[in-house]
Amino acid sequence: MAGGIWVYAENQNGKFKKVTFEMLGAGRQLADQLGEELCAVVIGHGVGELAATLGEYGADKVYVVDSPELARYTTDGYMLALSKLAREHQPAVIFLGYTVQGRDLAAHVAQRLGTGLCTDCTGVNIEDGQIVFTRPIYAGKAFVEAVFAEARPVMATIRPNALPAAEFQPGRKAQVIESSATFGAGDIRQVVREIVCQASGRPELTEADIIVSGGRGMKSAENFKILEELADVLGAAVGASRAAVDAGYVPHSMQVGQTGKTVSPQLYIACGISGAIQHLAGMSSSKVIVAINKDPEANIFKVADYGIVGDLFEIVPLLTQEFKKLLGKK
Amino acid sequence: MKIVVLAKQTFDTEAKITLDSQEKINREGVNLIMNPYDEFAVEEALRVKEKHGGKVTVVSLGEAKAQDILRQALAMGADKAVHIVVDELEETDEYTTATILAKALSGIEYDLILAGWRAIDDGSAQVAGRVAEILGLPMVNMVIKLEVETGKAVASREIEGGYEVLEVPLPAVVTAQKGLNEPRYPTMKGIMQAKKKPMQKLTLADLSLATQEVAPKVRARKYFLPTPRVQGKIITGEPAEAAATLVRLLREEAKVI
Ligand SMILES: Cc1cc2nc3c(=O)[nH]c(=O)nc-3n(C[C@H](O)[C@H](O)[C@H](O)COP(=O)(O)OP(=O)(O)OC[C@H]3O[C@@H](n4cnc5c(N)ncnc54)[C@H](O)[C@@H]3O)c2cc1C
Repeated sequence: MAGGIWVYAENQNGKFKKVTFEMLGAGRQLADQLGEELCAVVIGHGVGELAATLGEYGADKVYVVDSPELARYTTDGYMLALSKLAREHQPAVIFLGYTVQGRDLAAHVAQRLGTGLCTDCTGVNIEDGQIVFTRPIYAGKAFVEAVFAEARPVMATIRPNALPAAEFQPGRKAQVIESSATFGAGDIRQVVREIVCQASGRPELTEADIIVSGGRGMKSAENFKILEELADVLGAAVGASRAAVDAGYVPHSMQVGQTGKTVSPQLYIACGISGAIQHLAGMSSSKVIVAINKDPEANIFKVADYGIVGDLFEIVPLLTQEFKKLLGKK
Repeated sequence: MKIVVLAKQTFDTEAKITLDSQEKINREGVNLIMNPYDEFAVEEALRVKEKHGGKVTVVSLGEAKAQDILRQALAMGADKAVHIVVDELEETDEYTTATILAKALSGIEYDLILAGWRAIDDGSAQVAGRVAEILGLPMVNMVIKLEVETGKAVASREIEGGYEVLEVPLPAVVTAQKGLNEPRYPTMKGIMQAKKKPMQKLTLADLSLATQEVAPKVRARKYFLPTPRVQGKIITGEPAEAAATLVRLLREEAKVI
């Protein structure tokens, strides 16, 4: 048996990113088919307690690299920790999330290990004995299936919300292996001076199940309040088109699209968004799309599963009321 | 301050994607542009130069046509362009690209390397990281604010739910995220001047790279197009009635609430 199928379990403030459980789901299937162990890797400081959860989501083994120098994410620190562990244990596959941290780390580790990397994958399968990755290119306007030549480990980053999460098995235990990391002077060259959280209390766009999004039709920053009210009833994230960002209604971190975030929620509610190709590029893999637009000819209606032609300032508050009724909220 | 910018030519964002007779991405008749994130990188390089003096060299790997984006960068104000012409490479991956770029960079002096954080075509977001690794440089990804001082850079980078401020020693690799700046348009004067600026052409042979050294680690097996979404239901009626219907359908029919 080789060194296993590895999942990099990204944690932030003591919680794993949702994509971690999605990777464990895909990893479990691969591990079973290839006769490998499913291993999770946790890096950080004071993160040992988190390991138990990973067993409950299917990991057979959990490697924990704990060190004060790893209390905060730095490219160098985490890259050194993960590549060292990989050199020692020779995994067959390493998965990371296509998150801000995961893709930064993955590129560096892949180069360190002299291997390839498939980014932003939405599918992982075994065909003819090979692992085949499916990933969107041209912002989802096409897809490519890719395979690795001889290079090992096989590395891929997985798009959040694209794969089903592993089943939760309470009490299931993984073997926990503590690993150390020591750093010399100059090993970690990025010094974190400050971390600024602009937390809204709402889910992260890329992992949200529901997104309420506004475009130029919102007309002002204040008007986004009506979307926030709807979002709060639904436990949704709030997104925006580039026109809304460029008009200064909301920050760029909320932009969905080709030059913004790629999202794949269960439900995407587009309000006052025309549906330009660059916007569709970022959200067309949503399971269900709802469009509210006063222009019946708007492009967004061509991709929407449900549409209401009308004034969003009238419709959105009504929707908020209806959802409150349905979900029994006051 | 010697600054190198890595830039790539990509499909126009409006491009409609089709497959050709060999089931590969059809490149015929597609408008090509500078990768939007690389434009931010070029702009930032010019701003650093305006503040600290120095030279901006823009490097691109690509087919003959990629010289268009190099001309654009020169017209914006870059001093020199290096074009690694690679029509002959039929299959590449990010490992290939990074290996070639890093080799080309080993012949150039730099204090700072800027690039876009990802290209909008393959979306891979790994070439700059790999280049940093090969050259042994520290990197800061997805930067929305950059200040360069003697021997170091202070960069704010986007993270989920906020941003963080990092300090790194120079030389370093920094990738640009939207929000960093607003790229300038080339002026008529800039376009005229660009014609006289140096554009160096290099081949793999010039870089003494053998084909097997740049063999891809990952290969594309098949391309396909997504099944197009079809227009669904337009819910009519008075606003209150339409809202109630929509909520009911989302629960009962779509089952997403
Ligand atoms: C290089 C490049 C990259 C880009 N990247 C992105 C990207 O990542 N994301 C992105 O979104 N765009 C992107 N764009 C921009 C894109 O082309 C569009 O300009 C943008 O998506 C339009 O945003 P919008 O739909 O909000 O605005 P508009 O096109 O102006 O549409 C506003 C809509 O609101 C409707 N409306 C107005 N008032 C109301 C009302 N009271 N009630 C209901 N409906 C109303 C109107 O009917 C209209 O359909 C990019 C463009 C380029 C060139």
